[in-house]
This record gives sequence, C-alpha cells and structure tokens, in this order.
Amino acid sequence: MSKIAVIDYDAGNTMSVMNALKYLGYDVELSKDPAVLYKADHVVFPGVGAYADAMGKLREYGLTGPIKEITAKKTPFLGVCLGMQLLFEHSTENIGETDKDRIEGLGLLPGSIMGFKENASFDHTLKVPHMGWNSLSLTNKDSKLFKGIADGSFVYFVHSFYLNAADRNDIAAVTEYGITFDSAVEHENIFGCQFHPEKSGDIGMEILKNFCSI
Amino acid sequence: MFTKRIIPCLDVKDGRVVKGTNFINLRDAGDPVEVGANYSKNGADELVFLDITASSDKRNTVVDMVRKVAENVFIPFTVGGGIRTVDDFKTILRAGADKVAVNSAAIDNPQVISDAASKFGSQCVVCAIDAKRRADGNGWTIYKHGGRIDMGIDAVEWARRAYELGAGEILLTSMDCDGTKEGYDCELTRAVSDVVEIPVIASGGAGAFEHFLDAFEIGHADAVLAASLFHYKEMEISDLKDYLNKHNIPVRL
Repeated sequence: MSKIAVIDYDAGNTMSVMNALKYLGYDVELSKDPAVLYKADHVVFPGVGAYADAMGKLREYGLTGPIKEITAKKTPFLGVCLGMQLLFEHSTENIGETDKDRIEGLGLLPGSIMGFKENASFDHTLKVPHMGWNSLSLTNKDSKLFKGIADGSFVYFVHSFYLNAADRNDIAAVTEYGITFDSAVEHENIFGCQFHPEKSGDIGMEILKNFCSI
Repeated sequence: MFTKRIIPCLDVKDGRVVKGTNFINLRDAGDPVEVGANYSKNGADELVFLDITASSDKRNTVVDMVRKVAENVFIPFTVGGGIRTVDDFKTILRAGADKVAVNSAAIDNPQVISDAASKFGSQCVVCAIDAKRRADGNGWTIYKHGGRIDMGIDAVEWARRAYELGAGEILLTSMDCDGTKEGYDCELTRAVSDVVEIPVIASGGAGAFEHFLDAFEIGHADAVLAASLFHYKEMEISDLKDYLNKHNIPVRL
C-alpha cells in the first residue's frame, strides 16, 4: 500500500488535502519529520498563505534540504497552490515588507512568481484573488498527472500570484484569467498544481489518484 | 474560461439542515454531509452553511458538522452564523471549512476582519452584509443581528471598508428581496461589486432563471446564493446552469 506523506509546515489547509487522500483510501501521514518524508512513496506539499512566511517556516523546520533531497531521489512530489509556487526560484509577494525586490523560493524548477496586478496586460476590472472554477488547457499529451482528464476540465483556484515557468517543457496546463498563466507543471517526478485538486470535486479526485498512482 | 459560481445556502441547527422561513416552522431537512454531497454532485460550485443554533454550546455541534463535511465533500464551503472572534475563525477553519463568514461581529468590531485576514489570509474571510433600502429610496443601509437593527451605515461604504480591512469576499443579502422570489437587488449588487476588487456573492430574492441572469449581467455579481429555491426543489442547479450557458454566462457544466 502506497504511503503518502503530506508536509506539515504550518502553511494552512493541510487538512483538506489529508481528507481527500484519506477519502480515496490512501495511507496518509502529515509530518515535518524528514525521516518520515524520506520513507514515503509519494510526497504532497500543500500551501496556503504568503510566500515569505512559508519559506521562513520551511527554513525554521529544516525542511528545505530534505525537500531538495527527496525530489532528487525521484520520489513523486506534488506541490499544491503555494506549494507549487515555492518550488520555483522567486516571488515578488511580500516585497513591500522587506528591502528585497523578490523572495527566494526552493529553486527546484526555473521560473518566477508574480502578482496578477503587477502585469500590465492584466484586465484590471477582474477581481483578485482569482477565486473560483476555471478550466485547464492541457499542454502535455503525455502528462501522468492529467491522464484521462479531458482538456477544458474545471478545477478550483484561489490565488493572487501566478507562475511564469521559464522552461515551457515543464508546463502541463495553462489557464486564462485576464492573461494566460501556467496552472500546472510536470518535470520528471516533480508535479505542481496552482489549483486545489482537493477542492475540485470529482475531477480533482481523479488528478490526486493519478498522482498517487505514479 | 473563468466561471460564475452557483452557491446553495444551507441553514443548520443543532447539526441538522433545517427548512423554514424566518426561524419559525423549522423542519428537519437532513444531514449536512448528505445534503452537501448531493448538491456537489448536482453541480453546486460551493456551499454555505449558516448556523442558526441558539444554544450556548453550539460551537461543538458546528465543529463536528464542519469536520464531517470536510471529510466527505470536496468543493469549497463557507461557514457563518454567530462568528464573533478571531478564535471562532480559527476553530471553524481548523475543523476544515475553507471560508468563514462574519456579519454583526464585524460591524461591532471591524478589526476582526483585518485580524482574521492577517492571521489566516483574506481568502478565508467573508464579510456578510444584510442591506435594506432607505425609506426615501436613496441607497441602502446595513442591518445587524439577523436584519433586525438598522445601523444607519451606508451599505456600499461598509462593503468598501470591509474590502479595505482585508475581507476576501462579500456575501451581500438584500433584505428587501429575500424571500420574495422576485429577483435579486441588482442595483445594490452592482453598486457594491463596482467599488470592491474582491468577489461579490448576490443573495436574497432568487425565484426564476432570469433573476440569476440579471444578477450577473446587471448586478455584476461574481456568484449567486440561493436557499429555499434549491432546497424545495423548485429549481435544479443543472437546469439553471443550462439556461445560463445558453445565455452566454460562463458556468461550469
């Protein structure tokens, strides 16, 4: 039976992910203990909240090293929402609170995070955060994450910042919200969803099942 | 394609869904998890659970219900009713709710919005507003405590303030229209939606397909809420979405 570990770093909303995985019948453990994370067959990295705070927590709990090692040893690893954003190089979130022009992320994949409102092309009559159901335009026909998922499927988003992946081969789906942004990534064993599969009804559950079957 | 949201609202008392108007003749209408799961299966985009339990130990019953819903229903849900402090937010969010709606407590102490937003994130904080047209017809004022006390505060200004304080969403109920089945107050909805940069959920008055269309086209609502219309099976969400789709409103089918 596949053992799934969900990383616990006080970044809110681990419960929804845990509930969804348990509902699907998986053996799930919420943990910040690197030993538990190393032993897992699959690791889920959830996240809701601010980029800078989350990176601070990861450092505080000594999780940045273990995450890098776990992904290096090819364990299937899924970042959800902020969890996906943290996999990248940096974000402009929270810059007002620091003297930096951006906050460093884990840097596992090339790309950066910026706010919808910072993009000059963004339609400013649109509400922020991007909150609600939006569709996925699938861009990788060999995607393991979206196996059996129809192009144009709806999933649930809540975010004010979005990903610009630097390597277009890493992108598994894009979504339109004023602009086109990268809504899912897939690079070998590293997967990421900007949306919340645990809140996306049946489609979301299929996506989680796909991930746990890798 | 970004879609508009259809949100059923369930009144819950002592951990059970209830049906009835104005808190009289309440009838048991089922288990929140079953009713919620059913709505999810039938196309609801989110759920709102409004707790109307009066007793002082209500918190435990609500927490229990929230936990069970979170374990079995996998679309976003908001919990409101009697939320007073940041601690209430914490309890309900910890139990598994995605958002918490606050109404009277925010009027008494607007700081609760910013405290909850900074602690848990704006996306978890819904400011629920009950508004009624002024007697002279000029604009609307907000009401407290289930719509009983006129605060004399302008509704549009209050919504703007709630947004500035950090609310992530506004749940706007028209007291004039609520229960009438004659349509939402589109003027009110538009007035609020046009001054805040966060989503606005229109509530109060839904009775026919056209009302929902108007709420989106005229009212500029991002989402719509309805209760008895769906509960009494006077309208199926799937039929509503078909209608809206035919009228070029983007909906998740």
